[in-house]
Amino acid sequence: MAEPKVQIERPLSPHLGIYRFSITMAMSIVHRITGSALYFGTLLLVWWLLAASSSAKQFDIVSAFFASWFGQLVLFGYTWALLHHMLGGIRHFIWDTAHGLEPGEREFLAYATLVGSVVLTLAVWMLGYMFKG
Amino acid sequence: MKTPFARVRGLGTAHSGTEHFWMQRLTGIANLPLIIAFLVVIVSLVGSSQASVIATLSNPFVAMILLAALMSVLIHMRIGMQVIIEDYVHTELRKILLLMANTFFTLAVAIAAVYAILKINFGL
Ligand code: HEM
Repeated sequence: MAEPKVQIERPLSPHLGIYRFSITMAMSIVHRITGSALYFGTLLLVWWLLAASSSAKQFDIVSAFFASWFGQLVLFGYTWALLHHMLGGIRHFIWDTAHGLEPGEREFLAYATLVGSVVLTLAVWMLGYMFKG
Repeated sequence: MKTPFARVRGLGTAHSGTEHFWMQRLTGIANLPLIIAFLVVIVSLVGSSQASVIATLSNPFVAMILLAALMSVLIHMRIGMQVIIEDYVHTELRKILLLMANTFFTLAVAIAAVYAILKINFGL
C-alpha cells in the first residue's frame, strides 16, 4: 500500500454525523434555531401592530388568534425562544471576554441557559396573567 | 492573498468579517435592554383593548423605545440570517437570491412596523 509520506493533520470542519452529543453543542444549535424562529416571528409583531393601527375589526381578529390555544402555544414558544436566545447571547458575550470556556464552566453555562430560559418564560407568563386587563 | 496591511485592517480573503462580528455583538448588546423593555410593554398589554394598546403605544417614550428595539433587532437579525445562509448555501445563484430575500424581508418588516407605529402616534 502506498501511504502518503506526510500525513498533514488538518482540522476538519464540523460534521453533525460524527459529533457525540453534548449539552454545549445542543445549546449552540438551539441558539441558531431560536434566532431563525425569532426572525420569522417578527411577522407576528407586524401583524399585531398593523391591526392595532388599522381598525377594531382587524384588532379583534389578531386578538382572537393570540387568545386561541394555538395562538397561545405560538406566543409561549416565541417567549421561550426569545429568552433562550437572549441568555445564549449573554453566554456569547461572556465568552467574548475569554471567560467561561473551561471544562465544567461551559457545561454550567449551557445548563444555565436552558434552565434560566424556562424559568424566565414561566415568570413572564405568570406576570402576564396577573396583569391581564 | 492579502497584504499584511489589509490583513491587519481585518480584511482577509473574505474582504470583510470583523465589522460583521462587531455589528452582531453591538446590536446584540443593544437588544438586551430594548427586548426587556419590549417584554415589559407586551406583558402590560396582555388582554388589553385596542384603545389601551393605542394609548400605550402612543406614549412618546414607549414609541421611541419600540422604534429603537425594531432598528436594533432588524439589523441584528438580518446579519444573523446572512451568516446562516452563508453557512449552509453554497450554490452561488441560490445564495445571492437568498441574501437578497433576507434584505427584502427585513426591509418589509421594518417598513410595515414603523408605518404602524407612526400611524398610531400621528395618524389616527
Ligand atoms: C434579546 C437579546 C438578544 C441578544 C443578547 C442576542 C445575541 C446574539 C448573539 C451574540 C448572536 C451571535 C451568535 C454567534 O456569534 O454565533 C446572535 C445571533 C443571532 N440572532 Fe440574536 N440576540 C438577541 C435577540 C435577537 C432577536 C430578537 C432576533 C430576531 C428577531 C435575533 C436573531 C438572531 C439571528 C438570526 C442570529 C444568527 C444565529 C446564528 O448565526 O447562529 N436575535 N444573537
